[in-house]
Amino acid sequence: MAEFFQQVVAGLATGSIFAALALALVLIHRATGVINFAQGEMAMFTTYIAWTMIENHGMNDWLAFGLTLVIAFGLGLGLQRAVIRPIERAPLLTTVIVTIGLVLIFNGLASLIWGAEVRAFPSPFPNDTWEIGGVAISQQDVGTFLTVLVMVSLLWAFFQFTKIGLALRASALNPDASRLVGVRVGWMLAIGWGLAAMLGAAAGMLTAPTVFLDPNMMQAVLIYAFAAAVLGGIDSPFGAVAGGLMLGVGLNLIGTYVDFVGAGLRLPVALLIILVVLLVKPSGLFGKPVTRRV
Amino acid sequence: MKRTDLGGVLLFVLGAAAILLLPRFVSDFRAQQFAYVGIYFIALLGLNVLTGYTGQISLGHGAFMAIGGYTTAILVSDQGLKLGSHTFSADVKDIWTIPLAGLVAGIAGFLFGFPALRLAGLYLALATFAIAVAMPGVLKYDRFAQFTGGGGGINLFESAARTRPAETTDPITFETISKPIKVLGLEIASFNEWLYYLSWVVALFMLAVAWVLLRGKNGRSFRAVRDSELAAASSGVNLATYKTLAFGISAFYAGVAGSLLAIATTFVNPDTYPITLSIFLLVGVVVGGLGSLWPLVFGAIFIQFLPLWAQEVSKAQGAPAVVYGVILILVMILLPGGAAGLIRRLKTLYKSRLPSRPLSRTSD
Repeated sequence: MAEFFQQVVAGLATGSIFAALALALVLIHRATGVINFAQGEMAMFTTYIAWTMIENHGMNDWLAFGLTLVIAFGLGLGLQRAVIRPIERAPLLTTVIVTIGLVLIFNGLASLIWGAEVRAFPSPFPNDTWEIGGVAISQQDVGTFLTVLVMVSLLWAFFQFTKIGLALRASALNPDASRLVGVRVGWMLAIGWGLAAMLGAAAGMLTAPTVFLDPNMMQAVLIYAFAAAVLGGIDSPFGAVAGGLMLGVGLNLIGTYVDFVGAGLRLPVALLIILVVLLVKPSGLFGKPVTRRV
Repeated sequence: MKRTDLGGVLLFVLGAAAILLLPRFVSDFRAQQFAYVGIYFIALLGLNVLTGYTGQISLGHGAFMAIGGYTTAILVSDQGLKLGSHTFSADVKDIWTIPLAGLVAGIAGFLFGFPALRLAGLYLALATFAIAVAMPGVLKYDRFAQFTGGGGGINLFESAARTRPAETTDPITFETISKPIKVLGLEIASFNEWLYYLSWVVALFMLAVAWVLLRGKNGRSFRAVRDSELAAASSGVNLATYKTLAFGISAFYAGVAGSLLAIATTFVNPDTYPITLSIFLLVGVVVGGLGSLWPLVFGAIFIQFLPLWAQEVSKAQGAPAVVYGVILILVMILLPGGAAGLIRRLKTLYKSRLPSRPLSRTSD
């Protein structure tokens, strides 16, 4: 039983990372209908920036993390203005292909600047465990989980209680009507990209201490985040978080208790389970079902 | 036959002639690369039936290519194809596995189309992606290893000799001389050239088939499903039929392309059809132009040659990827409708002889 709880806690920690990145995907998808394939690589790239500030410039860990979030916001905002806005009238798939181009650029830039070797990334949390009733709980896991929880809550409050948050929600819901009442929809989309990049950067910096930093670090995480977002319902922020946590715990339990599923088969098995879930609930667990009878 | 149709046929004949003459002017190595262009072209035609015409996104077409490729590999390497008491001999046998590979993949795609009916948009994209991600695991799985060769895959040709021109020894000088292969009176000097003709003859045939399939009522029905399912259904288009049909046709094309790819690389293993292949097929379709047919050649050229060009620009680690990404984004910003969009724009420009106006962005 102790092992079960340990696996659940570890699963919640990895799941919260999936949740953060899934939420980033959902933010952009709600506003523009596009899935940003570069979300993971942007996260990896900003994590490298944090690493440079800590290792090369001797900056304090927490200061570097905070500064990285600001840089990430700027990066997301700038990218939206520079490459996404010029094609906002093109078919959606064109935008998706542009994000695939961004994947290549960020991945290539990272190996160009920092090389492909694997690097250790400092963790802000102590590498200790707490013993609670025979269950060893890693402080790293708890810290990761709580960080994401705080970020998501802040984001929710931002969307719920601030004027910009309201404008962001309005322009995602009905861009034309928002424009009529004076919301600058173009800039709202850019802010959405900035916030998504920030969430991604957090996910990257939380991933790096455990899997180490390398240019391909976020690729698997992105696939899990995509799966989590779809599982939860691609338009539901709550669903993205719930989907991420469920996927994190589910993967850990499958890996531990189902014999034939080794490390190599975890991803396919998880995806196939999601496939079955989708066949029963085609718009995800928490997505709004589109009622359409044809 | 309408006048535009006649023009299309003329263009097709001219294009075909140019393609068949190309190997005379390029090196053997280039011929091989252009053979791959033909193979990708077939896969793109198929993906476009699904994505460009019917509006269903697939991130997993590599999986259907894998099914086709493995079908060919298993048939070629194991027992050979027997019909009645007749066993098809060496090279012919290889070629006859191509339609079979298409058929097996097509049936798989058709069947996958049924559960896929419940999914739309990104949900479908994830579902197809799941298939592509799961495929290598399935191919490596121990219990299937006797068919698929497990992680090691299958060598199509037991010895490398079959991929080289036949060699004989000169009876007088005892020097080895290679005999060119003769097909339909054409002397074909090398495996690569043979490959080139094979893939392009198949590609041109598949292009013609796609054109016939998509030109009349069928094409309109597919496009109606893409533009508005509600409107399509109310005009009497059976959504289930056309969506599953699109999956089937699309997978058939992918299977044929996968089979040719297996022949071209002379072996298959679980990494012959990686997930990146599925993603770059989507890139190729958008670069060629959603809902277009022959302009997809440009998409195929793009995904075959751009990585090579990018490597020539700089070999520094990571640099080719950056070059590739930058060019991809520039192409998308300058030509949001892909090559087909540019061609359409040039046509209107030519017809109106007026400065170009911004055109509607919908494909077709």
